[in-house]
Amino acid sequence: MASDGAGPVIQMRNVNKWYGQFHVLKNINLQVSKGERIVICGPSGSGKSTMIRCLNRLEEHQAGDIAVDGIQLTNDLKNIEKIRREVGMVFQHFNLFPHLTVLENLTLAPIWVRKVPKAEAEASAMTYLERVRIPEQANKYPGQLSGGQQQRVAIARSLCMNPKIMLFDEPTSALDPEMVKEVLDVMISLAETGMTMLCVTHEMGFARQVANRVIFMDYGEIIEQNKPEEFFRNPQNDRTKLFLSQILH
Amino acid sequence: MTAPTATTELKPPALSQGWLGWARENLFAGPLNTLLTILTVWLLLATVPAFIDWALLKAVWSAPTASVCREAAGGACWAFVYEKHRLILFGLYPFEEHWRPMLVVVIFLAMIGLSCLRRFWTPWLALYWIVALTAVGILMWGGVLGLTYVENERWGGLPLTLILSVFGIAFAFPLSILLALGRRSNMPAIKALCVIYIELIRGVPLISLLFMASVMLPLFLPTGVNFDKLLRAQIAIILFAAAYLAEVVRGGLQALPKGQYEAADALGLSYWQKTGLIILPQALKLVIPPLVNTFIGIFKDTSLVVIIGLFDLLNSLKASLVDPAWPGFSAEGYIAVSLIYFALCYFMSKYSQALEARLATGHKR
Ligand SMILES: Nc1ncnc2c1ncn2[C@@H]1O[C@H](COP(=O)(O)OP(=O)(O)OP(=O)(O)O)[C@@H](O)[C@H]1O
Ligand SMILES: [Mg+2]
Repeated sequence: MASDGAGPVIQMRNVNKWYGQFHVLKNINLQVSKGERIVICGPSGSGKSTMIRCLNRLEEHQAGDIAVDGIQLTNDLKNIEKIRREVGMVFQHFNLFPHLTVLENLTLAPIWVRKVPKAEAEASAMTYLERVRIPEQANKYPGQLSGGQQQRVAIARSLCMNPKIMLFDEPTSALDPEMVKEVLDVMISLAETGMTMLCVTHEMGFARQVANRVIFMDYGEIIEQNKPEEFFRNPQNDRTKLFLSQILH
Repeated sequence: MTAPTATTELKPPALSQGWLGWARENLFAGPLNTLLTILTVWLLLATVPAFIDWALLKAVWSAPTASVCREAAGGACWAFVYEKHRLILFGLYPFEEHWRPMLVVVIFLAMIGLSCLRRFWTPWLALYWIVALTAVGILMWGGVLGLTYVENERWGGLPLTLILSVFGIAFAFPLSILLALGRRSNMPAIKALCVIYIELIRGVPLISLLFMASVMLPLFLPTGVNFDKLLRAQIAIILFAAAYLAEVVRGGLQALPKGQYEAADALGLSYWQKTGLIILPQALKLVIPPLVNTFIGIFKDTSLVVIIGLFDLLNSLKASLVDPAWPGFSAEGYIAVSLIYFALCYFMSKYSQALEARLATGHKR
């Protein structure tokens, strides 16, 4: 559609959101072009999750425009469903469906939303499970897997829908340290395929390695954004400096 | 590592082992515990042997008349139950046609048994039920296939109880799911409607609903429009049960983590796909115990139809108790009927436990 050209796949213009009186997102302007990999960081409560959750309408914004893949995000349910088909999301707590096997978790949306025949959906699910390196777990239930394995299944589940954009909301922060790497490795190899990615994460090594751009948010605003080398070497804003000094020690 | 032999050779202290250890831990762990144990044993000794004596040892199993039974027995007179079992089981249904309600009971039990097996959980099951219920209707009413017509005023006993509870649960359950979903809906009108319905119906006793359905409803209907008493009672039971079940289902919906809804949304599932594939399977599994608890309640509550003069199992027992030829055997009668209720409720309870175990899929996150 509209995104086939060089235009941005995500376009946020003057986006504002309130929870009651509380102003969570203040005049957010963000453009992401195809294939870009963006890392979003910032203190707790700064609105990072809220911002990326607005992109697939898990949260509703109250002012401003959001267009994803050329589709305007309005209250029109049709548009919302179209966008959700193109945007994959990985959550902090995996949110796998515990009553379904790993394979069923992966094939559910392709079968019901994309109307892919079951056999075909299963074949493609297996290739994604191989990509996240756990094909042998296909017939287990999520409750029988480790946290790192569950998160890799969750990534594979999103990929099975062939999304154009992947959103990650702190995908490694609920994991034990020894499992962080296996998930990051999967994300890195995903970045290598040219996927457009927006990751909320505090894994600064990951940001250095794969991001094209790092965004720093505080109090609902985008304070600063830059290429990773510049961002880490030479932060401009005092709040950014303070934040970096805290997380990098 | 330390030497394993040192730890493996340590034996647990003798007193924490064997039945003596068990008794000490569980029955005589302290003064209060000991007192309760003694009290319980005394109560059991005072009642159980006497009951066994009455119900089994001194009981009379067959006797030609009531007075013979009375004189011969130092205990229960089960001959009464034997004498009256057809009246108790089938109520006022024409005597020579009793094979029909008998067959109905068999059909119901077979279908319930079938529905419990996971192998049969396919869309075909709905078809089997439609066929079975049609057969039930034909058998009970007759009037076709050479069966004599029996108006439903004369239906009674166990088939009636089964009809009321099976139809009651079968219609109330889906209705309750819609009510529970409606109560959590974003649409204010639908939400308000469901809340009002649930709170209103839950706020009145079933007896008054039945009474309203049978006595007051006809007053509001235009003369000539008169749908039958059994149907009205059935509808009252369905409406009542649905309100109760709706709250149970809502409990399950609320217990699901928000992340499940979000993951389903993020994958692009529509509302009904999300509800049918992700939310309900998990929510209903969570509430199997209270659901079955409510089912059992509904099953027993059907006996309240006595208030509007329907002869369910309990009421047909009452009818048989007033036979002047067999007076004064209510203890035996009630025990016999209770056993039927108990068998069915116990089955439901056991089945729900088995189902829960079957549906468990590893530990929860
Ligand atoms: N449903 C809600 N109702 C009211 N306030 C909310 C709600 N959700 C989030 N908030 C508030 O909005 C602010 C931003 O929340 P958000 O989850 O986007 O922060 P975050 O940057 O992702 O933080 P974290 O790093 O802790 O995940 C927080 O102050 C939070 O308390
Ligand atoms: Mg967050």
